Parts: sequence; C-alpha cells; structure tokens
Amino acid sequence: MPTAHYLDYLDRLEAEAIHILREVAGQFERPALLFSGGKDSIALTRLAEKAFRPGKFPFPLVHIDTGHNFEEIINYRDELAARLGEKLIVRKVEDTIRERGLREPGGKYPSRNPLQTYTLLDVIEEFEFDACIGGARRDEEKARAKERIFSVRDDFGQWDPKRQRPELWNIYNGRIQKGENVRVFPISNWTELDVWNYIQRENIKLPEIYFSHERQCVVLPSGQLLGFSEHLNLDETDEIVNRRVRFRTVGDSTCTAAVESDASSVDDIIQDLLLAKVSERGATRLDDNLSETGMEDRKRNGYF
Amino acid sequence: MDLLRFITCGSVDDGKSTLIGRLLYDSDSVSLDVLATLEKRRATTGGDVDLALLTDGLKAEREQGITIDVAHKYFTTPRRKFIITDAPGHVQYTRNMVTGASNADLAIVLVDARQGVIEQTRRHTLLASLLGIQHFVLAVNKMDLVGHEEVIFQKIVADYQAIAEQLKLPNVVAIPLSALNGDNVVRRSSFLPWYQGPSLLEHLESVPAATDANPNEPRFQVQYVIRPQTEELPDYRGYAGRIQSGTYQAGDRVRIWPSGLETVIEAIEVNQQEVASATAPQGVVLRLRDDVDVSRGDTIVPTAAHPAVVRELEATLCWMDERPLRAGRKLLVQHHSAMVKAAVTTILQKTNIETFESQGTDEAKLNDIVRVRLKTALPLVVDEYRQNRVTGAFILVDEQTGATLAAGLVAATDREYFTEEVPAEAAFSI
Repeated sequence: MPTAHYLDYLDRLEAEAIHILREVAGQFERPALLFSGGKDSIALTRLAEKAFRPGKFPFPLVHIDTGHNFEEIINYRDELAARLGEKLIVRKVEDTIRERGLREPGGKYPSRNPLQTYTLLDVIEEFEFDACIGGARRDEEKARAKERIFSVRDDFGQWDPKRQRPELWNIYNGRIQKGENVRVFPISNWTELDVWNYIQRENIKLPEIYFSHERQCVVLPSGQLLGFSEHLNLDETDEIVNRRVRFRTVGDSTCTAAVESDASSVDDIIQDLLLAKVSERGATRLDDNLSETGMEDRKRNGYF
Repeated sequence: MDLLRFITCGSVDDGKSTLIGRLLYDSDSVSLDVLATLEKRRATTGGDVDLALLTDGLKAEREQGITIDVAHKYFTTPRRKFIITDAPGHVQYTRNMVTGASNADLAIVLVDARQGVIEQTRRHTLLASLLGIQHFVLAVNKMDLVGHEEVIFQKIVADYQAIAEQLKLPNVVAIPLSALNGDNVVRRSSFLPWYQGPSLLEHLESVPAATDANPNEPRFQVQYVIRPQTEELPDYRGYAGRIQSGTYQAGDRVRIWPSGLETVIEAIEVNQQEVASATAPQGVVLRLRDDVDVSRGDTIVPTAAHPAVVRELEATLCWMDERPLRAGRKLLVQHHSAMVKAAVTTILQKTNIETFESQGTDEAKLNDIVRVRLKTALPLVVDEYRQNRVTGAFILVDEQTGATLAAGLVAATDREYFTEEVPAEAAFSI
C-alpha cells in the first residue's frame, strides 16, 4: 500500500475542495451541483467522486441549458451523467423565456447568458435547493476575487459584497434562513493552470472542443473568432473563415470566442498556457468586456 | 512544488495594493488584456500605470481608491504557488484582517518609510500574531521617497523590533523596498546598495512552506457518513473527513469523542484505495472495526492522544458583529463540522490593540479582541489554539440570522488555568 506523505500544491487544493464538498453534504438538506459541461464543472465531478465514493453523490447535477450550446457539450454531459450513475436535471432557458414572457436577446450575437440567471433562480425554487455548488474560480475576474467559498444569497439570489460573512480558517458557515440559499465554490483557490494540471494528473477526458479542431468561424471586429452557429444574426459584412481553433471556456456559443491553436492534447494546452499572455475571460468572453464591472453587476443580480 | 499562503497588511496609503500589483506584474503574472484595461484607465487619468487597480475589484473600491473586502490573488513562480490575501487597512475592517490572517502562513507588514511604525502597524502585527502566523516580513515601502536612506530604514527596524519582542514573534525579516518602482520586490535594487538581503520574492520563495498543525497530535473530525447500502456494499459504513493534524495509520487503536468509545481503524481509504497511513490535510474515509455510534462532528483520535473534551472553556474572540456582545448571550459555536448551542457566561477582559494591555470590560464591540468564558450545551473536542491552529479554532454564529459573529481561539480548557475576572476599568499589561 502506498504511503506518500509529501503533499504538493495540487494535493492541497484537492484536499481543500473535497473538504468543502463534504461540508456541503453535511450542512445542507437539498444541495445541487451546477454542471455547465465546462472543464471546471467536469473537474468538480471528479472531486465529488473522490469525496463521496463508494456512495452516491448527495446531490443531483443541474444543467441550465441556454439552447445555444455546442452539441459536443450536450453529448458529453449525457455520457458523463450515465457513466457516473448520478441524477441529471436539465432546465432550458428557452422555457423560462416563454413562461416568464422574457424578451429574446437581440443583436448580431444574441447571448442568452444573462437570461440563465432566471432559469437558475426558477430551478432553485422548483427543487428548493439550499446550496448550489459551482465551478467558479477567484482568478477569473476581479469581482470573483472577493467572493467567499460559501456565499449566502438572499431570496432573490442577490450577492451583496458589503454584507459577506467573514470566512475564517476553513470553517464554512452555511446556516441560512428560509428562502436564502448558498452558492458554494470548492475550487475558488484554483487557477486556470491548476485545473489543467489536475485534468492531466487525473487523466480526465474532456469534450473535444477544448482541443484543436477545424471550425467555421466569424471574425469579430476585435479580431476574436466566434464559432459559426445558426444562432448568430450575421449579415454580408461578416467574414466567415476556416481556422484551427480550440475553446478555453465553454459557455453560451454566441458569446464564447475560440482561440487559434494547434494544441491537441492536455500537455499541449498546458504548454500553451504557460506561454499565454491573455487571460481566460479576456480572450474568450464577450459579456465581460461590455463594462469594467460586468461581472459584479451580474453577480449582484443573482448570477453565480 | 509547494504552496505558500500569505497576507499583506498595512495602513490605507502604505501602498499595499501597489505592492501586490508589482509582485504580479514583475513575476509576469498579469495578462495582456488586463494590462490593456489598466492602460486604458491611465490614458484617461494620466500618470503611471496604477498597479493597485489589479487588486481593487469592487466599484466602490475603485471610486474611493481603497480596499474594502478581502481579495485573493494567485501567482506561481518556478518554485512555488502563492495565494495572496489582500486585507483592508482601515480600522473598521479589522475583522477582514483577522479573516485573512486565519489562513495565512506568513504576514507582510507594510510600513511607509516616511511615517515609520504607526498604530496600524502595531494593531496588524498583534492580530497576525494572535492568529498564530509564524513568519513576518517587515516591508519598509516608499524608500524612494526618503532618498533610499539606510538610517531611516534602521530606525524603523529598531522600532518594530520592540513590537516583535513584546509579542515574541518567532521569525521577522525586514526588507527596504519601493513597490511603485519595483525596487527589491522581485529584483534586488541598485538604489539600496547597503541592503544585502533577499528581495521580497526571493524571501517568499525560500521561507519554510505550509506547516500543518502540530504533526505529533493526530486529529480527525467526521464530516459525512458514507453508506452506499447497495447490493455489493450492503454494510459499508465509511467516515469521511479531513485529517486536521498529524498522521493516521491503519490499525491504530482509537477513541471516538465525545462518547469515549474505543475501537480500531480497520482501513484508511483515499479515493477508494486503501492506504497504510495518511496525513493532514488529506481528505480520507476511515472504516472502523466495531459498529460503534459515530456521527458528523465527532472526533476520532488514537487512544494515546488526549484532546480536551469540555463543556466550559476560555477563548479569545474577535467580535465581528455591529451589535455588541454582552455576558449571558446565547449563540452557536461552530467548531468545524460540530455545531453546538452555547452561552458566553463572562466577558473577562479586553485587549487594547494599540498598547497590547488588557483591561476590564463588560461588553465587546465590533472589532474588539476580548477574552471570554463559554459554556456549551454538549461537549466540544478541542485543543488550545497555540497548540493546534485547526482544532483550537471556532466561530460563533447567530442562531436566528446565521451571521458569523466572532472568530474564536481556544485559550484554556482546564479550570485550573482559567483567568481571574478583572473589574471593569482596571488595566494591566500582558
């Protein structure tokens, strides 16, 4: 039997995340794991296996489907849920738009990202979830850098940065009043590179779109590349090109840009990242570039 | 590669955010698009790139040019991964400083070379020391504004030495630097030829990393009971939790506290693999030989180890709520995975965080450091904080709102060592 006692930084980050997941299981009656199909939430499912096997996960996987997803992600999601033998709940933004009489986003690149918040709040209400685990990381964005690991939200899912609970040692206070819920971020202290190193170490299989592939792309005025899809409202001024690209993040396909890359394996991507000089969100997220406080504003309104 | 967590503390204008910005910038941890955003702002406001903007994340912070909340930043060098906690300097945010210090291995105490050691320096050093931080860096910033004079640096070092002695700080290293110009932050500076020591980053890379709580005293608390109840595993019962300190071996004779029942560790599992032993802070699953009653919050320790199992204890609190604490208040103690009802029976004394003296008091206001006596409805399994930074720590929680009211550090568990109550107004030196 192995007795390795040197714990490197990745072992420590993993131990912290497992501890947090088990605290969720211990403190809440109806938790859920928000699964986007992105690499961060995929890493979360691996951490959940380590935290709870040979038992079942004490929470279902919940996917908020914007309807603008990459097909590969949806297939991956269904396969993963089947392989894990865990419950998967899918709620569609489309249905929320219809039921709540919301307006479909307009413009050339109509992102349903902001509308996800409504679907999320609805699914929390429907299942009375008291804790929602997410794969957000503090290194992603400035407002995220100030988020707690257990982040209490009010009845309307809102985040109030001035009223956050102090989070001491690794004692996580998840006590809430009726109507409130907690967002939990077990990989808060991981960076993008940490996640990739973990994926490499754990030999985790990822959806193909993370790796270099040929794709039809629209060239944006900023020079960024957007994967071509039927959800875009293009006109004759738009240039469509074929490029070898990969995705660094996977969100709504109308607002997640691709980067040109020949990286076809996890090792290649790690090398790319070590050389990369553009941050993950800066490279690929159109919605955060709208304003300097884009993320803070959305979080205040219930976004995770 | 290992991991070092550090906190930066200092007064409002000492240039803390600039220092962190400089560390990130000079270690190539800032990406081009973030730099572009900074450039854009510089173009509208003039002057140099404002590195502080790398950490000041919230709207109000940027508007007021101050840091309100604890921010976390990450960077990696070939030698280490670093987690930085940037804690605010204002008096009213002392609770955030305590929060940041609770998880840190090292504290950088920033001092403005023009001002020297001030009240804030004393306060922050006291708080960091109280929270058990072992390594201190006295970073004397803005050396460029005092002509890079060695005498000024030496005077500040001497003043700080007095604090260090009073608080018995174990390891202090003083470094003269300029965060704005990058002198001695990542690279050594030719402007400070009289200084022969390491740059700040060189020191951060070489200081001993994360030492977990006392390796000699094994502690494990149950977080969650795994019971698959499947056909293949009808009787499996695993106790999932984190090793809080020390090392556990399969085959160890152990007691379950607070019940005191004795059994043997049948197996230790990590990721469903049996291992012969495991160490803090690993997450593990313990299987026990006997079918004894164990639930969340229980502590499992080898029979030779003796944690305190008490319903009455003395603790140091950092009070974090607007509403003052008065004796008799009922609340909850959250000791990691254990939650019990409790009452503060007596407020014994308050520490003056400028003079380090203790004085009598009958209440604790926001940001006060007080010594109290607590009674709990059920036994707690604890250690003194100075012995164990994990099991000696707890928080106080408001039963109704769930708010975190205080950080608690176990000070004494044996009645023989309890403090005598001091009449209010009387003051004495610690």
